Amino acid sequence: MSEQPVTQTPPEAPEPEAPRRDWGTAWRHVVESSGLVVAMAILAALLIAGLLVIIVDPAVQDAAKYFFAQPADFFKAAWDALWSVYSAIFQGAVVNLDSSTFAGTIRPFTQTLTQATPLIFAGLGLGIGFRAGMFNIGAQGQLLIGATLGAYIGFAWDLPFPLHLVLAILGCAVGGAIWGFIPGILKAKTGAHEVIVTIMLNYIALNLVAWLLSLDAFKVNDVQSNPKSPLVETSAQYPLLLGGNFNLHWGFVLALVCAWGVWWLMERSTLGFEIRAAGANARAARTAGMSVTKTTILVMTIAGALAGLAGSTFVLGTEKALTDATGGTVGFDAITVALLGRSRPVGTVFAAILFGGLQAAGPTLQTQADLRPDIIFVIQALVVLFIAAPPLVRTMFRLPVPAHEKVVAA
Amino acid sequence: MSAPVVEPDALAHPESGEGRKRPRSYKGPIALGVIALVALVGLGFFTSSDTETTFSFAKNSDFFTIPDLTVPSLMAVIVLTVIALLLAVYSLVLATNHRKPGIWLPVVYGIAIIGALLTTAGAGRDNTSIQFTSLLTSSLFLAVPLVFGALAGTICERSGIVNIAIEGQLLAGAFLAALVGSMAGNAYIGMVVAPLAGAAVGAILAVFATKYWVDQIVVGVVLNLLVLGLTGFFFNTVMSDNPNLNQSLNMQSIDIPVLSSIPIIGPVLFQQNLLVYILYVTVIVTQIMLFKSRWGLRVRAVGEHPKAADTVGIKVNRTRLRNTILGGAVAGLGGAFFTVASGLAFGNNMSAGKGYIALAAMILGRWSPRGALVAALLFGFADALRVQLGIIGSDIPSEFLAMTPYLATILAVAGLVGHSRAPAAENIPYKK
Repeated sequence: MSEQPVTQTPPEAPEPEAPRRDWGTAWRHVVESSGLVVAMAILAALLIAGLLVIIVDPAVQDAAKYFFAQPADFFKAAWDALWSVYSAIFQGAVVNLDSSTFAGTIRPFTQTLTQATPLIFAGLGLGIGFRAGMFNIGAQGQLLIGATLGAYIGFAWDLPFPLHLVLAILGCAVGGAIWGFIPGILKAKTGAHEVIVTIMLNYIALNLVAWLLSLDAFKVNDVQSNPKSPLVETSAQYPLLLGGNFNLHWGFVLALVCAWGVWWLMERSTLGFEIRAAGANARAARTAGMSVTKTTILVMTIAGALAGLAGSTFVLGTEKALTDATGGTVGFDAITVALLGRSRPVGTVFAAILFGGLQAAGPTLQTQADLRPDIIFVIQALVVLFIAAPPLVRTMFRLPVPAHEKVVAA
Repeated sequence: MSAPVVEPDALAHPESGEGRKRPRSYKGPIALGVIALVALVGLGFFTSSDTETTFSFAKNSDFFTIPDLTVPSLMAVIVLTVIALLLAVYSLVLATNHRKPGIWLPVVYGIAIIGALLTTAGAGRDNTSIQFTSLLTSSLFLAVPLVFGALAGTICERSGIVNIAIEGQLLAGAFLAALVGSMAGNAYIGMVVAPLAGAAVGAILAVFATKYWVDQIVVGVVLNLLVLGLTGFFFNTVMSDNPNLNQSLNMQSIDIPVLSSIPIIGPVLFQQNLLVYILYVTVIVTQIMLFKSRWGLRVRAVGEHPKAADTVGIKVNRTRLRNTILGGAVAGLGGAFFTVASGLAFGNNMSAGKGYIALAAMILGRWSPRGALVAALLFGFADALRVQLGIIGSDIPSEFLAMTPYLATILAVAGLVGHSRAPAAENIPYKK
């Protein structure tokens, strides 16, 4: 599993002719673009999810029993079910047109960005790993350890505002970096497979946090069912970006800054070049005098730090306290985000916003369409699956095959 | 161009100089020594000096009864960890002489460490004893989905397809087993159809990998998410609307005559349900088929050097397709463990990451069915230990006991297994 899939591009692709300015060429550019494939993939995923909803909808099932007598009832029931899902997703993730105030109208989109923030951080880290040829499943553990350290600094120390926040953020990054450094150094020095080590470290982190939360230092009081740390001081919380009506905090801006930083690291710095070289062909990189050991350790540490920052968005941003469920499934969702974003910073940001939107739509789906958020997983999975296989989407929508094909690889 | 998930190990490490004199490797001895020292200090600290630990082995069905074993706790812990320490020193001596210890050394070492851990955990419990036999029984039982999952991974990866979707295949198997089993009112029918669900997931993986040349890890991760979403969706809609579609069914355990009456071995190996017996057969058959049959040779050729395999007339992509579907079916069968074989109804995300542990077991077992079995049993034992120690209560925080197996795995992977080599053509689409 080591070769760069160079062969993925058709080997004898003819040189594109000089672009002529006519409508046919313009149309061809549009239908061949990977942007259209992405749009079609999202459309296809939404359609399939809609089909599922129709299948299980009780009203549709009832109408289906007398389908031949009154087919209109069936189609109306199906349309109602579909409409409730799509409008719930739209109103939960983009804008709420029912709201009378401007704040209420745009609130869903700010929720989307808030949900996207941890995904951006963790996805960036995983993307670096993928490009270095490492499959890091450990974002969950790195996130938890980072969140633990950051939360501890946040509620146990007493410092003025900017300093406290900066230290707490650094704590999150350091915590995650430590948890990423372990698989990195083990991989580099002993060859231990990073997939195993990161999986194991996830479980160790979970247990460690569960144990810490049982200690007096991390307890609020003795009588509580769900273990939860004290609230992080206001001086260590991310300030809100758009005022008190919205949950969106400055962590989002930090995430964008990190995205730019990762882009610079990967595309403009010597280290980034070495990382990409090690990922493309470790042996060649070694022969060229690069230290694959160094890049392995650095990549995992940086990825860990970014995952730790993802943890900061919970303990210093939205939840303001550490629980044993901090982070939820972000560590795993970020894998799909990084894959969808083709491990590139810009792609990761957009993928995270897409997935953040789907997750933000979860509560609306529950209240408006009476659906659990499981359907969101289905949509997410289908989107990535379709985007990963452009030929499939092209076949489904009868799009022409382009001269050059981009490939999604981990 | 984007970089694939690379396993640089597959590139072979030119500096690791095989062939001539075996290089001195101190990783193993160091790992063994560190664990033994930690055990000596840590367990010695937790064990009070004037207590005793009782182990009981007997079951009612045995031919004869092995008496309970009672030992002074602290003394036993010290003796056992010192034995482990001596073994570490011995392996160090071997390493300086460019030799590697036989398989007995890690086995004895492991028994000593686990014995010490159990002794500490059972120390000073007057009325309870360490139920050694039931500990092993539940170890095997809890290892069932891991073994099936790891076998599935081995079958797929030997043909060059990375199967990250084990988790999804287990979950799909569990779901279909519960659904069809409930509809038929029979657990065995559920178990029989479970492989179909796993095979379906495997088929999607195979088509995307061989036809659309999508990165297999991408597809695998996504399929896990897809199955999680689909099963959760149907669980929350169809199954919650019709509870009779999701009942808890049970598969009786079947006692093998005579064999089941042997002390310790009998209750552990021969008083299990049908799925466990199928497991024995599957492991043996896979091991033999993969390494002794013509089919196995072809599969491995496709996984290591597809071009060469193609040159001699083996259909590479067809082999991969079949193996991935077969592997998916094996994992799907393992999924039946969660529902019908455990007597439970389906629950959301009930595989709970076991597929990833199975993946780790496969790598730890170096892509062989036999190794996968041993590794999976190790994880199963750890799980069973956690459950039992939770029941008898222990001075060691349960979280630390729970993380022991994971720590041990990391140390094992870092110190003992080292560079594990995946099949060379893994995750590389084959195109003529």
